[in-house]
Amino acid sequence: MRLITHNMLKCHVRGCDDSSKNFPLEIQDAQLEQIEAEKNDAFLVRMFPRLEWNALVSTAKNLSINNLPEKIPENIEEDQALLEILHTVLLETNVKEGRMVCRGCGHIYAIKNSVPNMLLAEHEI
Amino acid sequence: MKLKQLESYLQNVENFDEPKIEFEQYPTTPHLASRIIYTAENVFQDIQGKTIADLGCGCGMLTIASLLMEADFVTGIDIDKDAIEILQNNLDEYEISESAEIICANLSKSSSKKELLLDTNLLDKMHKKFDTVVMNPPFGTKPGNAGIDMLFLEAAVYLSKGAIYSLHKSSTRDYIIKTCKKWGYSCEVLAQLKFDIPKMYNFHKKNSVDINVDLIPN
Repeated sequence: MRLITHNMLKCHVRGCDDSSKNFPLEIQDAQLEQIEAEKNDAFLVRMFPRLEWNALVSTAKNLSINNLPEKIPENIEEDQALLEILHTVLLETNVKEGRMVCRGCGHIYAIKNSVPNMLLAEHEI
Repeated sequence: MKLKQLESYLQNVENFDEPKIEFEQYPTTPHLASRIIYTAENVFQDIQGKTIADLGCGCGMLTIASLLMEADFVTGIDIDKDAIEILQNNLDEYEISESAEIICANLSKSSSKKELLLDTNLLDKMHKKFDTVVMNPPFGTKPGNAGIDMLFLEAAVYLSKGAIYSLHKSSTRDYIIKTCKKWGYSCEVLAQLKFDIPKMYNFHKKNSVDINVDLIPN
């Protein structure tokens, strides 16, 4: 699971409605791997407005990735340095194993072989 | 890429070893996948350079077809871990893993009346994050699965900023067209496939340009 995907995953346990806590899910015990992906600026520029920036920055920090600006950057299409960082953070950093924990209800979602498991038991949903 | 070429490239996609009845898994054939994705790109420009979601992606036939037609990125969502494992092998074989992500999830949840409902909390942060949705959803013919086909469509409408390409049983055609109109989508039948393979639909928001396509392969 790469951070571009993590940026779209929210706790969906029944009753876990505190939006300040059910997103982003906190990544723990992460086994990270760097993968190589072809850089695609047009894709990054198009996806940028769809990102939850604060969630991305705090998640990256948790993984000791500290080079994203805190404030939502502007004119990213002209900012090669930032595009390079975004490419690495969003598309080349893969959580191979680990778990995502909800800061609201504590539910644990496992990440196995790069796939986040968002399945819940019937009584949890 | 030519249609024949795409279809032939897809021949090596490994499919379900043992399709699971409860998930109504049936393979999307290279023939079918190539026609859907080829049309989506060459008639509607909905694949190349696009960010795509494949709902109920299974072993990834539509995901792989989309990437072969130069989609930027595809996110596959499926409930079945076994299918996901095959999909991962497929992505590795085709050397396109870096352009795809997989989420194991169930789009539906049961209501107190045992009715299937869309799990909107799960999808909340995926709202309109994708340019195009492609899918071959379960048909809802298995008892207990009634309505799952429409639920997948509802999810697709929620996720897609643009078009949706989806396969459905011919018998549901009128109902689907009516429902999609209600959702503000125009809908057309792109191809009718013989035997037990369902029809292929294209959904565009009403304000988009409509192009009439009538693909009826032999």
